[in-house]
Amino acid sequence: MATVGRALLILALAVALYGVAASVYGAVRGRDEWVASGRRSVYAIAALVTGSFAILEIAFLRSDFSFATVASHSSTTTPTFYKGAAAWSSQEGSLLLWLWLLSLWSSLVLFATRRQLRRVAPYATAVLLGFAAFFAALLVFKETPFELLAVVPAEGAGLNPLLRHPSMMIHPPMLYSGYTLFTIPFAFAIGALIARQVGAADWIRATRRFALGAWLFLGIGILLGARWSYAELGWGGYWAWDPVENASLLPWLTGTAFIHSIMIQEKRGMLKIWNVSLVLATGTLAILGTFLVRSGILDSIHAFGASTLGVPFVILIGVLIASSIGLVVLRRNELRSENRLDSLLSREAIFLLNNLVLVAMAFVVFWGTFWPLIAEALTGTRRALGPPWFDTYTVPLAIVLVLLSGIGPVIAWRRATVSNARRNFLLPALAAIAVGALLAVFGAATRPLALAMFVCGAFVVASVGQEFWRGVGVRRAMTGENALVALRSLVARNRRRYGGYLVHVGMALLFVGVAASTAFNDARDVRLAPGQSVRSGDYTFTYERATSHISTRGGDLEKISFGAVVDVSRDGRHVTTMRPERGYYPSRDVAGLGPVGRFFEGEATSEIGLDAGLRRDIWTAMTPDIRRLLPTIEEGDRVFSAAAGRLEPELEGQALGMALKGIVDKYLADRPEATFRVISSPLVTWIWIGSIVVFLGGLIALWPGPDAARRRVTARYAARVAEDLGRA
Amino acid sequence: MAPARKRKIRLVVALSAAVLLAGALVYTSLLSSNKAVTPSDLLSAKAGASYQLTGKVVDGSVRNTSSGVDFRVRDREGTAAVPVTYSGAVPDPFREGREVIITVRKQGATFVGERDSLVTKCPSKFTEDATQRS
Repeated sequence: MATVGRALLILALAVALYGVAASVYGAVRGRDEWVASGRRSVYAIAALVTGSFAILEIAFLRSDFSFATVASHSSTTTPTFYKGAAAWSSQEGSLLLWLWLLSLWSSLVLFATRRQLRRVAPYATAVLLGFAAFFAALLVFKETPFELLAVVPAEGAGLNPLLRHPSMMIHPPMLYSGYTLFTIPFAFAIGALIARQVGAADWIRATRRFALGAWLFLGIGILLGARWSYAELGWGGYWAWDPVENASLLPWLTGTAFIHSIMIQEKRGMLKIWNVSLVLATGTLAILGTFLVRSGILDSIHAFGASTLGVPFVILIGVLIASSIGLVVLRRNELRSENRLDSLLSREAIFLLNNLVLVAMAFVVFWGTFWPLIAEALTGTRRALGPPWFDTYTVPLAIVLVLLSGIGPVIAWRRATVSNARRNFLLPALAAIAVGALLAVFGAATRPLALAMFVCGAFVVASVGQEFWRGVGVRRAMTGENALVALRSLVARNRRRYGGYLVHVGMALLFVGVAASTAFNDARDVRLAPGQSVRSGDYTFTYERATSHISTRGGDLEKISFGAVVDVSRDGRHVTTMRPERGYYPSRDVAGLGPVGRFFEGEATSEIGLDAGLRRDIWTAMTPDIRRLLPTIEEGDRVFSAAAGRLEPELEGQALGMALKGIVDKYLADRPEATFRVISSPLVTWIWIGSIVVFLGGLIALWPGPDAARRRVTARYAARVAEDLGRA
Repeated sequence: MAPARKRKIRLVVALSAAVLLAGALVYTSLLSSNKAVTPSDLLSAKAGASYQLTGKVVDGSVRNTSSGVDFRVRDREGTAAVPVTYSGAVPDPFREGREVIITVRKQGATFVGERDSLVTKCPSKFTEDATQRS
């Protein structure tokens, strides 16, 4: 099977190289059959890589430890649900996932545009195939997922227990879908520049939905990562400004900028250089994100260790940057704006300002992320920036961004008049001021930046709400529909617009959640004995008693858990009871470890206690003090080592089980102390609710509306007429 | 005012703003950043200065204390190691032999970790012990 998988990848590489040549030759010589052959190469690669990926997945699901990657990242005791996800927890598996998604999305876009963009599409095909060739070459020559082991182990190392979380199943495919989808507008922008078709907005219209999909998938991927960090990692945070996290944020920020600014090019023929530059930068940043995880160039907690992929990626990024800049400079005349900005009080100006803020944020994040390298070049020593530095710049920029997302939907195109401004802004502004005043009275004034975010968030909700209200009112007056039907028809007739508005509301909720949970969060690290208490915010956390238990799976010991029962009260009244735990998984590496000790030397994971609510989250994690158990564990190791080989395996297993049960009982009898992290944090849930609203809004904007279907039919008809006329 | 002159003024204003912002960015970056070091760099560290330390947790060095954990961090490749004391809960993936990044300040002979600054290599990218490959 491994040989077949590898052969499919080699074939995919060969087809990709052929496809690049065929597409370019067809485009230059005007030979449609070569262009079509290039396009079919993409479909063929999708089929080949699907086969290759299926072989790897089957190997994981069957626990085929002859595959080196399966032996290192899965085991027979890994739950089936997670065996599938284990395939992309390795460097080589994740690269294969990247290539697979790239080939699928590329096939979809090229199929959808097969009768459009006849001059642009062949070059775009060549670029997409170039990416495919690059990743296929990495998989064939550098990091193959089909490497076989000389000695097949009976058991694998297993998927790290921390990754056994549903969001980790979806997080990487979402991120990679985002990255790979962003290469599509990039490829079409390069095609449009080469074919001198960049002035027209056709290529933008053809790839707009893919750009929006990329933005949505990448956003979901980022948020799933944040959720996993909050719920699983035992530190209570959701964002750490780590280089790899930042790398995923960079293309999302520039992508957000261009899905706004391309509207100005479509409507007014403006900002062409800006748009094409943003599209190219976003595509390049998507590759940079992939590179950062794999190069080891920056110290990141998320980077793959000991990678040899740095140099090929640097070469690829160099080629992308050089060709992007070169093409934009060469085509600067075709990229001149058809119109000028009429007024600074117009939707175009607000979009431009929104773009500047987003690009400024991207620049700050880029600067902070690469500061160790910049500082080394400037001063000779590596220096690193922490979260406070990022917050200094990104928080004010985020406030301005949220404010603009409330102004943009309601301000007039070209030039806003005083009466237009009064009509559209009076109510939202009054609502925002009222919310601000109310919150200031209740103590939010102590954190001015957070208060500013709350005011801006209220402004966004009010201005978008006003737009929906007015739209529904107009429809009801025209058709006599009831309010719900009118709302549905309103959204269905202009999904992109109202889906976008919903995204703005979701982002406002998300940012309000971030501002509140950052500014008013109260986190305490404290060591408690049973019966002792600690206060966090308005809540008192009392460590009532210790807990412990042994979990088994399929007859094998899965983990030993030591935990606590924590009573949470407010003003003397019981609020909730939490049961945080720390689970100790046995080490698979038995060499050098005692028969008992190895059960405490594997991965340890926190099962947090969480009481989430609309108003606040109460969060706890605990680290048990197992020092008093160490003499017992060492004694157990001595006894079982001395008895090794003298007991029947079944008897030895039973004795070991009894010994572990004894240790677990001893932990309870000792009334042990434990280190707790307790957090009370307001509005964290708003982050996840905001994310769901963003997701729904994005889906509505992506969903083809009746207009799109009509346009598609018209385009097909026009293409057929043109073909017939060409033949005549 | 002539449109060309107006454009030139706008360009100068925009460039000046960009230069000022870039200056502020460089200044605050230099001011706020910690020197990124390995354990061998810290052998000659100054007391009181703050550093971002990257290295591996030395096998057998982790000791739980009443307030947190004491351990030693060594170079990725090499044996130079420094003692670190950290208060509070450690991240779940924290283990002996695993790579960590921590902001530390020298106090006497030991390096004291800053609260919430200890991060451990993400488990999704951590390949377990190398098995023999064909």
